[in-house]
Amino acid sequence: MGVKEWSFLIVGLTFLLYILVAIWARAGSTKEFYVAGGGVHPILNGMATAADWMSAASFLSMAGLISFMGFDGSQYLLGWTGGYVLLALLLAPYLRKFGKFTVPDFIGDRYYSQTARIVAVLCALFVSFTYVVGQMKGVGVAFSKFLGVDFGTGVIIGVAIVFFYAVLGGMKGITYTQVAQYCVLIFAFTVPAIFISIQMVGNPIPQIGMGGNLEDGTALLTKLNQLSVELGFHEYTSANKPMIDLFCVTAALMLGTAGLPHVIVRFFTVPKVRDARKSAGWALLFIAILYTTAPAVAAFARTNLITTVDNIEYDKVPTWFNSWEETGLLEFEDKNGDGRIQYYNDANEDFVNTVAAANNWKGSELKIDRDIMVLANPEIANLPAWVIALVVAGGLAAALSTAAGLLLVISSSISHDLLKKWLRPNITEKQELRAARIAIAVAVLIAGYAGYNPPDYVAAIVAFAFGLAASSFFPAIILGIFDKRMNMQGAVLGMVIGIVFTASYIIYFKFGAGVGHPEQYWFGISPEGIGTIGMFLNLIIAMIVSRMTSAPPLAVQQLIEEIRIPRGSSKASIH
Amino acid sequence: MNTQSHQAYWKRNLQYLAILLLIWFAVSYGAGILFAEQLNQFTLGGFPLGFWFAQQGAIYVFVILIFIYVRLMNKLDVEFGVDEK
Repeated sequence: MGVKEWSFLIVGLTFLLYILVAIWARAGSTKEFYVAGGGVHPILNGMATAADWMSAASFLSMAGLISFMGFDGSQYLLGWTGGYVLLALLLAPYLRKFGKFTVPDFIGDRYYSQTARIVAVLCALFVSFTYVVGQMKGVGVAFSKFLGVDFGTGVIIGVAIVFFYAVLGGMKGITYTQVAQYCVLIFAFTVPAIFISIQMVGNPIPQIGMGGNLEDGTALLTKLNQLSVELGFHEYTSANKPMIDLFCVTAALMLGTAGLPHVIVRFFTVPKVRDARKSAGWALLFIAILYTTAPAVAAFARTNLITTVDNIEYDKVPTWFNSWEETGLLEFEDKNGDGRIQYYNDANEDFVNTVAAANNWKGSELKIDRDIMVLANPEIANLPAWVIALVVAGGLAAALSTAAGLLLVISSSISHDLLKKWLRPNITEKQELRAARIAIAVAVLIAGYAGYNPPDYVAAIVAFAFGLAASSFFPAIILGIFDKRMNMQGAVLGMVIGIVFTASYIIYFKFGAGVGHPEQYWFGISPEGIGTIGMFLNLIIAMIVSRMTSAPPLAVQQLIEEIRIPRGSSKASIH
Repeated sequence: MNTQSHQAYWKRNLQYLAILLLIWFAVSYGAGILFAEQLNQFTLGGFPLGFWFAQQGAIYVFVILIFIYVRLMNKLDVEFGVDEK
């Protein structure tokens, strides 16, 4: 059987598994629909959170990004894991004790304000929707590249699957399918990494193998540094961009992670406060397995790529090179007509004027899509066809599990936060459940449509999702728990100013007059990192304003006292 | 429970948080970013040390920190009688 047949078989089997799990875990009440009945075991919730969190981008693109960025890629590794420490220590246990369904629920109750609730709902909707479009696009890409199905059909198949288990099962169906999806994706990511590590450095653990020696006795990372410098790139293991930007981007990703509604809501699904703490630990452990393997994959793939293609005759490239050329992810153009591949950093002027000029090189002749670093790995390592098929199924599992979690936030924001808590407070539970199902169905369809016609700015907009979560939700929730004196005026003003500041900066540099002018960045901070400054701005303004206005009502102060101690928690309630 | 022991519980909790978050900051922003260049002059298992913290070590420490926090808090809850039945 070839790669395509294996892919159909494995993808088909995994989809069947998700559907069976979904039928087994149907939701019968709003509580099951929103928070899986509040009875999910902490380890299973940890797995579901990990699958929820790791998107198509984590699975397919991150290792490739690091591979090209080297040390600077650490911002993603640290940023997307360190946030869980904040979640576990500062948010999850208290929000679990609070015991409602959604993040806007907390903001609305804690700041005794419908305005605060609505600001929170709008942020949650915007952040989640931005994200889900990217996932749907990822599903379409995976189908079209590997299964020979056209892009649109791929998106429709993805929509149909998510529609089925999200509408039927709500959070309960989503949680248990995510557990299955986690197993598929982590297996698919680690197996090729282990084989490559054995081939290159003779160590079956990629995390350790990354520091190992190649056959000729030089350390892999030393060799990689040498190769990089020889081709005009910066050293792989040292920073290339300003430290302040590295710092701010890492912080914005961490704070954003801790403020993303689809991550926070996962901690409402466990039975107790102590389970919420533990669950965050398990989630990070499961995430860390992928996040510590990814940099190893990045370093292996980079070394492999350079040594395989550097200045060799085009006629002698290995077969995987040709097969990836066909997908368009790898492009070779013989600019100086010598029949050999020259790959180097043609943005480095010094290098171009010296080494490249001396050798008659006319520009780097290879265009490499970063996704190839994960996708081509099994082929480069000569692994059997079924392993490649597994990677396809893993990518789909990552995209679908994240999409489902986000869709649930969208649906509960509409049916619970907007309808039940604002527009139609008198609807019965049955009606609310129906509204939730309709909302998720409509959201799936819209997301599918947007994924089919993705707006060009999807990638740019991701900076938004994290920036906004960091500058709005994170400080509002933290202050709500740790500062008893924080009141509605401080929190709302802080959120609004944090969002406006962050959004203006991002819009200016991503869509406005600042596009292509990184020299105008304030202190060298890129739009991806500005959420950190927005967070501090929010924090300071909230503190000052709250001290100048009246203390929150007594009932709210009692609520804070209550969420600070674990005893007396009940399963997430309907109020 | 009375307010006094409640406040003592909260204070201890804040102390734990301060220590754990200090470590959290030191391994990621400290060793992995601010002092990475200096640390890169040392090697650990074939890795330049700063690079190791940024791409491996800090993440391991994150996981350990959460589990330490879980243990500390479970004990503290029992000590102050605020654990869940």
